[in-house]
Amino acid sequence: MNYIFYFLVSCSIIYAIINNRVEETITGLFDGVNLAVKIAFSLIGIMSFWLGIMKIAEKSGLVQFFAKILNPVMKLIFKDIPKDNPANADIALSVTANALGLTNAATPIGLKVMQELQDINKDKNSASNSMCMFLGMNTAGFQIIPTTVLAILVGCGAKNPTDIVLPTLIVTSIAFISAIIIAKILERIWLPQNLNGEKNDC
Amino acid sequence: MYETISNLILPILILTILTWGIVKKQPIYEHFVDGAKEGFGVSIKIIPYLVAIIFAVTIFRASGLMDFIAKPLALLTNNIGLPTDVLPIIFTRPLSGSAALGLFSELAAKLDPNSYTVKLAAIIVGSSETTFYVLSVYFGSVGIVKFRYALLTGILADIIGIISAIFVAQLFF
Repeated sequence: MNYIFYFLVSCSIIYAIINNRVEETITGLFDGVNLAVKIAFSLIGIMSFWLGIMKIAEKSGLVQFFAKILNPVMKLIFKDIPKDNPANADIALSVTANALGLTNAATPIGLKVMQELQDINKDKNSASNSMCMFLGMNTAGFQIIPTTVLAILVGCGAKNPTDIVLPTLIVTSIAFISAIIIAKILERIWLPQNLNGEKNDC
Repeated sequence: MYETISNLILPILILTILTWGIVKKQPIYEHFVDGAKEGFGVSIKIIPYLVAIIFAVTIFRASGLMDFIAKPLALLTNNIGLPTDVLPIIFTRPLSGSAALGLFSELAAKLDPNSYTVKLAAIIVGSSETTFYVLSVYFGSVGIVKFRYALLTGILADIIGIISAIFVAQLFF
């Protein structure tokens, strides 16, 4: 991550200087940085709401009930998560929320999953196998209906906008399954996390 | 049909959770407040990570370097069913969701919305996620700085997604 970060920033600055785009670049940069705070603040309400709702589900045993049902599948994909851990159910909920395009619910539940995975993580600085798997599934972006894209197509007067639904579903499924398989493969060949290896940084 | 279902899911989920809590004789109000307390902390905690990723991403885009890299690549990709116009979207998609949607709207408005190019772009945007953003926010929320193979997994899955998008788009359109 350090190298990618450095590479992106240094090359961009040099390119901006050579092409005399320094002013636009700096303005864009400060606007973007402000945006970060706006995003975070806009999360507070919805985050608190879902964490509140999920707390009820957890304390009343609903989450554990789901976790038990999903146990066979979860054991296969996430072998490091203990059987009764609420993460099992929350991961399923998070994937479902993403699949349905419920972004407002998906992010808070996803962040809750990260907290639960961090609680059982042995090395608090580095990502556990379960985290890599969970984020792999998440970044693959499995979505059943791409609502926003459809809305844009309709807005631009596409004749038959829904004909992208099936192809998108096929592609998103391929990407989702690939992410699970890739994470499973990398889990075996990557340096295990608590060898405190500097090399597996990133 | 789909919209009705998806609109109903959240209210039903909320109702189910509250009802279950009451049936199990839980102090649901106290639990709600207790859980909601954490919301502020988590949201504030991600700010530095969010600033860091947005810093790198916007500077990459605003300096014009991204377009500079995308252009020569376009000459190569035109031959494999990946039109030049789609490339900026592919580059932007893992970095910023709103920027990718913006580019996509622009493309759909500029070209024929029934064209192969727009449909391919639609499939790519609809089937992927903002990989870098998700990783930095999710890892940031729990203070993880060593991503291990999470980034590689995300990027490889994105590449497979793009290749299959080209393949599927040619099959369908």
